[in-house]
Amino acid sequence: MAIPSEIPTTFLLGRLDWHAVPQDPIVWATGVVVAIGGVAMLWMLHKYRLWSYLWTEWFTSVDHKKIGIMYIVLALVMFVRGFADAIMMRLQQAMAFNGSEGYLNAHHYDQVFSAHGVIMIFFVAMPFVTGLMNFVVPLQIGARDVSFPFLNNFSFWMTVGGAVLTMMSLFVGEFAQTGWLAFPPLSGLGYSPYVGVDYYIWGLQVAGVGTTLSGINLLVTIIKMRAPGMTMMRMPIFTWTALCTNILIVASFPVLTATLVLLTLDRYVGTNFFTNDLGGNAMMYVNLIWIWGHPEVYILILPLFGVYSEVVATFTGKRLFGYTSMVYATVCITILSYLVWLHHFFTMGSGASVNSFFGITTMIISVPTGAKIFNWLFTMYRSRIRFELPMMWTVAFMLTFVIGGMTGVLLAVPPADFVLHNSLFLVAHFHNVIIGGVLFGLFAAVNYWWPKAFGFRLDAFWGKVSFWFWVVGFWTAFAPLYILGLMGVTRRVRVFDDPSLQIWFVIAAFGAALIAVGIAAMFVQFAVSIRNRDTLRDVTGDPWDGRTLEWATSSPPPAYNFAFTPVSHGLDTWWDMKRFGQTRPRAEYLPIHMPRNTGAGVIIAGLATVCGFALVWYIWWLAALSFAGVVIASIVHTFNYGRDYHIPAAEVRATEAARDRQLSAQGA
Amino acid sequence: MSTVSQTPPGDFWEVEPHHHHEGASTSIGFWVYLMSDCLMFAILFAVFGVLGTSYAAGPGPKDLFDLELVALNTAFLLLSSITYGFAMLAMVKGSRNGTLAWLAVTLVFGLSFLAVELYEFNHLIHLGAGPQRSAFLSSFFALVGTHGLHVAFGCLWLVTLMIQVGQRGLIDANRRRLSCLSMFWHFLDVIWIGVFTFVYLLGMI
Repeated sequence: MAIPSEIPTTFLLGRLDWHAVPQDPIVWATGVVVAIGGVAMLWMLHKYRLWSYLWTEWFTSVDHKKIGIMYIVLALVMFVRGFADAIMMRLQQAMAFNGSEGYLNAHHYDQVFSAHGVIMIFFVAMPFVTGLMNFVVPLQIGARDVSFPFLNNFSFWMTVGGAVLTMMSLFVGEFAQTGWLAFPPLSGLGYSPYVGVDYYIWGLQVAGVGTTLSGINLLVTIIKMRAPGMTMMRMPIFTWTALCTNILIVASFPVLTATLVLLTLDRYVGTNFFTNDLGGNAMMYVNLIWIWGHPEVYILILPLFGVYSEVVATFTGKRLFGYTSMVYATVCITILSYLVWLHHFFTMGSGASVNSFFGITTMIISVPTGAKIFNWLFTMYRSRIRFELPMMWTVAFMLTFVIGGMTGVLLAVPPADFVLHNSLFLVAHFHNVIIGGVLFGLFAAVNYWWPKAFGFRLDAFWGKVSFWFWVVGFWTAFAPLYILGLMGVTRRVRVFDDPSLQIWFVIAAFGAALIAVGIAAMFVQFAVSIRNRDTLRDVTGDPWDGRTLEWATSSPPPAYNFAFTPVSHGLDTWWDMKRFGQTRPRAEYLPIHMPRNTGAGVIIAGLATVCGFALVWYIWWLAALSFAGVVIASIVHTFNYGRDYHIPAAEVRATEAARDRQLSAQGA
Repeated sequence: MSTVSQTPPGDFWEVEPHHHHEGASTSIGFWVYLMSDCLMFAILFAVFGVLGTSYAAGPGPKDLFDLELVALNTAFLLLSSITYGFAMLAMVKGSRNGTLAWLAVTLVFGLSFLAVELYEFNHLIHLGAGPQRSAFLSSFFALVGTHGLHVAFGCLWLVTLMIQVGQRGLIDANRRRLSCLSMFWHFLDVIWIGVFTFVYLLGMI
C-alpha cells in the first residue's frame, strides 16, 4: 500500500483517510466475503428475532457457563482467521522459488505472519483456555458462579474488544509487520511509522485488561468458593492447573502491560526506552516481553495438562496415578517458568555464565513435565482404556508433545541454539508443543465437556475424521520445517533462492491442506451433532462415567449449577457419591441467591474499544471522549447496588423434578 | 479395592441453606489486584534501574531534583495515609460524618500531592528536561507519572465513595469499598516510599 512519508493528520479524523483502505485485491476479496457473510448473519439474526435473545440470555449474562461458551466461540471464530493466515504463508513459501515472487508482497506477507502469531496466541489459545476454565472450574469445585460474576462478563467483552481491533486492522489501515512480539527498534516510530504497531499495541492492551481481571477472578474463585470439605489436595487436577495458570496470569500480564505502555510512550510521546539513541535500550524490551512471554506459554499448556489428567483418569476408570506428584509438578513448572525467559535470546550475547544458568533451568523444567507424562502412562498401564475421542486426542498429545519437548530441550543447549536461533527448527518446535499440547488438549476438552455444556455428545465419526486429518496433517506440515531449520532456513522469509528447498515447503503446504480438512471436519462434526442431538442426547449428566463434581449435575447444568451444596470427602468426589449411592439429595428446595445480568460490561468494553481505535488513528478528541466514557460508565455502574436476585424455590423444584423424570425414564 | 470402607465417610450434600457472606472474596480479590499492580511498578522500577544513569549528555538527578519540594510532597502523601486511617477508625465506630470528614482531609492531601507533582513536572519540562530528553528522564517520568496517575484515580474513587457514603451511609457494601480504597491508598504510599528512596534520595548521592 502506498503510505505517504508524511502522514497528514486532521483534527476530526486524525490519520484516518482514504489511504487507510488497503490497495490489495486479496484484502478486497476477503472484505467482500466478510461483508456478505456479515450481512447474511445480521439478516438471519433479524429474521429469527434473535437480537433480544442474544442480548438478554448471552451478551449480558454473568453466568460463568455462558461466558465460558462465548469465550470458546470467540476462539473458534478467530481460529479460522488465524488459520487462513497460516495457509497463506504456506502457499507463499511453497510458490516463491525460481525467481517467483509468490503472490504476497512483502508488506502484506509481513502482516500475515505477525497477525497469525498474535491471533493464535492472544485470540485463540487464550480465550479458548479461559473459556474452558470459566466453564469447568466452578462446576468442579461445586460452586454456583465465580467470585466476581460482573467482572467475568466485562473481561470477556474486553477480550472481544481486542479481537475486534485486531480484525479491523485488516480492512482499515494495516497490521504490524514486526512479528508477534513487536521488537524495537523495528516496532519504533522510525521503522514502523504507520498504524500497524498501534493496532497491535491497543488490541493487546484492551484484551490484556480482560485477561488480567479474569485471572484475578478465577484465582479468587478457586481459593474462596470451593465446596465444603474440598481441601487443596482434594481439588480435581484441572482445577489445580487452572489455579496455577491464573497465578501465572496475574503475575505475568502486568509485565506485558507495562512493557507495551513503554513502547506506546516511545511511539506517541517520543520517549527513549527502546530507541537507538539518547540512552534507549532495545534489548531491554526483548527481556521484558519474554519475562511475560515465557510464563505465557505455561499459561497456555498447564490447563491442558489438567484436561489430559481428567481424561486419562475418566477413560481408564481409575484414580489418577500420582495425584500428589502431579500437583507438585504443576507448582514446580509454575515457579520455574519465571526462570527461563532468556533462552529465547541466547544470541543476545549475555555471556557464558548467564546463558548456562538459563540453559540449565530450561532443561530442569522438562523434569516435572516428564513426571506428568509418566503419571499418565502409569494411570493407563493395565487399565481398560476406552478409546473415545478425548482419549484419542490424549494419546496423540503424548506422542506428539514428547517429541516437541525433546526438540525444546535441544534448543535449550546454548551452543545448539546459536545455530538454530530464529530458524524454522524453532518454528517447528513451538508449533509441535502448542498444536500437539495446547490445541490437541483443547480438542480433547471440547469432546469431553461438550455433553456437559449442551446435553448431547459429539458425533464420533466426524470427530475421528477430524482427528486423523489433524494428526497426520500436523506431522506432514511441521516435520519438513524441522528439516529445513536444521539446514539453516530462517523464519519469516518470503522468497527463496535455493530451489532444492522447495520440495519441503510443498510438503508442508500439503500438510496444511490436510489440517484444513481436519478443521472442516470439526465444524461438520458440530453441525452433524447438533442435527442428531436427540440420538446423541445424554440425560444422565454423566456420559463418560466421570469422577469429578461437574458430572454430578444435569447436562446442561441449571443456572444455579447445584440445587444443594456438594460436600467433598476425598479426591474424585462424584466417584465417591456414586460409590455410596448419594447421587441425588432429597430435601426441601430453597430459594437460591444468584447474581443479576447486566449490560455494563458490554458498554464499558465497547467504549474502551472505541478509545483504542481512536488512539490508533490519533483521533484525540474521540480518545478523550471515549476514555471519559469508560470512567463515567464504570462509576455509574458502582452506583448500582442491587446486583443480585433469588431464584424462587418453586422454580428450583420444577427444574429438579424435570430432571428426576428424565433420570427415571432413563432407568437410572 | 479391598481396603475401601463400605460406610460413607459422611453426607455428600449440604441440604441446609448455605450462607455465602456477600462479597467475602472482595478483599482477597483486591489484594491480588494490588499485587498485579505492584508488579507493574516493579517493572517500572527495573526499567529505571537499567536506564536511570543513561543521561545522554543531558541533566542528571543532581541538576534537576529539589529535595525539599519532594520532602514536602512525601509529607503530604504520608499524612494522607494517616488521615485515611482515621477515616477507617471513624467507619469502625459507625460515624458517617467522621468518616466523611477524614476522607475530605485525605482528599485535600492527595490533591496537594498531585499539585506539587504537576508543578515539578512542568518545571522540568520548561528546563528542557522532559521525558524525551534522555532514557533517564523517560524512565523517571514513566515511574513517577504512573504513581501520580494512580493517586489521581484514587482521588476520583475517593470522591465517588464520599458521595456513596453520603447517599447510603456505612452499609456493608460501602464499608467493603472503603476498605478496598484504604488498601489502594496505603499501597500507593508504599510505592512512593520506594520512589522517594530509589529515585530521589539515591539520585542525589
